Amino acid sequence: MSDQQTGRANRWKRFAEWDDRPLRLDKFAVEDADNGFAAFSSRHDPAPGLVMSADGVASMDGVAASDFDMIDWFIANYHIDKDVADEAMSLPPLTVARMLVDMNVPRNALVRLARGMTPARLAEVVAHLSAIEIAFAYSKMRARRTPGNQAHVTNAKDDPLQMAADAATAVAFGFDEIETTMRVARNAWSNAVACAVGASVGRWGTLFQCSSEEAEELKIGMAGFTSYAETVSVYGTEKSFIDGDDTPWSKAFLAAAYASRGIKMRCTSGAGSELLMGYHEQKSLLYLEARCLCLQRAMGVQGTQNGGIDGAPVTCSVPGGMRELMAENLIAVWLDLECASGNDARPTESEIRVGAKIMPYLMSGSDLICSGFGSILKYDNSFNASLLNGEEMEDYLVLQRDFEADGGLTSVAEPHILDLRSRAVEALSAVFEELALGIPTPAMKQSVVTASGSDDTQTFSPRDVGVISDAIQARGITVVDVIKALHARGFSTEAENLLKLVRLRVSGDYLQTSALVRGGLVLSAINDPNDYTGPGTGYRLSAARRDEIVAIRDVLTRDEVLRSEAIHQPTEAKRIRYRGIGAAQAGGDPAEVVIAISPAFGTSLFRTVAGHPLSAVLRELIAGIEGGGARGRIVRMMHTADTSFLGLGAAHLAGSGVGIGIQAKGTAVIHHKDRLPHNNLELFSNSPITRLEHYRRMGVNAAAYASGLRPDPVVVPTRGEALGSRYHARVSLIYAIETALIVDNSPPEDIEISFLEAKA
Amino acid sequence: MTFRKLTTADYPLAEKTPEVVRGKRGKALSDLTLAGVLSGEVTLEDLSITTDALHQQADIARDAGRATLAQNLQRAADLVDIPQDVIMRVYELLRPGRAETKDALIAAAMELEQTYGAATMAAFIKEAADVYERRGLFRRRY
Repeated sequence: MSDQQTGRANRWKRFAEWDDRPLRLDKFAVEDADNGFAAFSSRHDPAPGLVMSADGVASMDGVAASDFDMIDWFIANYHIDKDVADEAMSLPPLTVARMLVDMNVPRNALVRLARGMTPARLAEVVAHLSAIEIAFAYSKMRARRTPGNQAHVTNAKDDPLQMAADAATAVAFGFDEIETTMRVARNAWSNAVACAVGASVGRWGTLFQCSSEEAEELKIGMAGFTSYAETVSVYGTEKSFIDGDDTPWSKAFLAAAYASRGIKMRCTSGAGSELLMGYHEQKSLLYLEARCLCLQRAMGVQGTQNGGIDGAPVTCSVPGGMRELMAENLIAVWLDLECASGNDARPTESEIRVGAKIMPYLMSGSDLICSGFGSILKYDNSFNASLLNGEEMEDYLVLQRDFEADGGLTSVAEPHILDLRSRAVEALSAVFEELALGIPTPAMKQSVVTASGSDDTQTFSPRDVGVISDAIQARGITVVDVIKALHARGFSTEAENLLKLVRLRVSGDYLQTSALVRGGLVLSAINDPNDYTGPGTGYRLSAARRDEIVAIRDVLTRDEVLRSEAIHQPTEAKRIRYRGIGAAQAGGDPAEVVIAISPAFGTSLFRTVAGHPLSAVLRELIAGIEGGGARGRIVRMMHTADTSFLGLGAAHLAGSGVGIGIQAKGTAVIHHKDRLPHNNLELFSNSPITRLEHYRRMGVNAAAYASGLRPDPVVVPTRGEALGSRYHARVSLIYAIETALIVDNSPPEDIEISFLEAKA
Repeated sequence: MTFRKLTTADYPLAEKTPEVVRGKRGKALSDLTLAGVLSGEVTLEDLSITTDALHQQADIARDAGRATLAQNLQRAADLVDIPQDVIMRVYELLRPGRAETKDALIAAAMELEQTYGAATMAAFIKEAADVYERRGLFRRRY
């Protein structure tokens, strides 16, 4: 019988609701190693193995030297250290895995062993580790002790003014590197000048790259605008490499070319790229990535941008995908490479998966936690949206605070940001005017300064930007011209900052592994090595850094709560008067309901957490009691502020045996004198969503209980709001005000109240 | 200029051992000032890395146990004085299928060695030529 015939629903409705969640936009792939969809192992992965001969490597991971492809050849000849190979390859993989998470085995000992291990062996070892073990090993094995972070600075219009403002903003938030790219390739020069100028505002030392076509990128670097590059991609299969239009030698040549121009450089590789390019050779993602990473060490690059990158979304579609991304990052740092650890291309629409993805890195630290945190809004990210973006920047700042973990960022005060953005826009405008590249109008500048994203700007047209960019290139404008222009127009600090960055090239100090600039000093794996050997070692938050991390905006203080309460005192004084009229006695009237109010009720505190004036609450309670045919009496308890005891105490005083206890914050209870303290008749615990009508119905019900009826309990409807997160900090401070007023053994006092105006 | 072999103890050079650092035209780090740039005394060339600096950083990298990074920096030292267009031409030639025969790569290696004294890089390119030949990379891609 069909469901149509019976008319019955044919589906648990929850699935329909799940269908509507952002998670369901993510598509998941079945594990299928034959088609390249396997994270950690494929039956086509080779068995790890290494045979050395007098000439060097005779066979590696099951391939004889005579059959080596280019990647095998390069790894065998440049990565494999023959002095370590026998020792490293003879250790049982599980033993090595345990060494990786053993805080008593120093990093250096493991880095040494990695030099003698083949890609298949490295992959086999890290595959033994669980996600938490990988994260721990990563924190121990990463090269530089101090963690850092990188930002994307791009916009949908390739607008140089916004680029400058956003670069200055990213610098202020603490990013160590900023990376730009363009919607239109020819705008590269305009982007480069804009970011270089913007990044010189506020402080110096933020490294900058302009991701573009290889030859162009090198030219921009030679003109002095950029200080690093990371778009030199390598792949784990020969066919992918060739399809990517390079070889290990051409990429190694490029690596040397960057260093020869004094530009810091890292390669890029990540799981899924071979899969996307169609040449995965049926190998697991991790094995292919291990080949990429060995190759990068072999090429002699100082570091890698690694962890999925463009392939992260497809990697996250397979079982264990996120763990695989962590595992490949671990191999990178184990091979002693600087690691800009992905957390880059957004692999999911689920905010929960986003948060889960970033957590291990936030806790373990990384040379650059994101190899592109989108410091701009998602739609402005010309690399495509990142795992984390401008929208989520404050979430990340709060995660740092929650876990007291250094994610490389620092909160910035609102007025300061506006100053910096304005300064950056003015500085770039000055450079453009001085070099006759363009004249931004005041309206353009103002729109950019306050803009959250390019939707909010009135600025250069796409054509203008192209003309500016072409002119910079055609006229051979260099960073020296820009420095001079800045100075000529009064931006001497920025001129000096930019010069300092370019001057880094002369000594080449930042070409060493994991180098960045902090406080004007170069920090790398050489002078800031990760020395973790257990608790008390390695990177620890300094007191000063902790202060920075905890200083998020809009933090509640006790003074602030008291101040905001005090504001309501005069208005409440106009609405209600409380007058003590002597010690309260037990009443004899069977229609009497007693309302016990707490010590601070109407004396120090004047409204419920929901914001209702306490005068209005009392008015509703009394109206409800009277409407229910009973009579209300109000007493103040000073010996307790606990709702249960307020209620039970009221019940004992009431002629009916039914009482209401209510705290100033609005939490209330209906009690009966014969019940146990915490076994009340009705509890109204969700004061933030308790409305005045609920207080009235509370009164009605109390009256009903008083006359021996059994009314429907009042239900305060909740939609599952995280009330605790919204109110508990404030509630705790408010309740402390109540408890501070408590006087032990103080007897209840009858209170006469007068309402002074018609309605609150 | 020749200096003693530097170690990780000398690093960062600009901060700890600035006296060993010179710009391309011999200027000391302390001469590379904003005033110098404004007067025209300091040019972009003065703000470039030198062969010496790359060898120094190679020594430091090796002392830190990073032999392959040191090799890369040495290859880089070979390229410092090679003009940009030559660098881009050789890079292009190293890409798959650009050289149609092994000879083209060998010629490029010879040019680097003979014109610019870039022996390390020349050897590296010859090595590429051998492997490319074995892997059949000398074929047209477009």
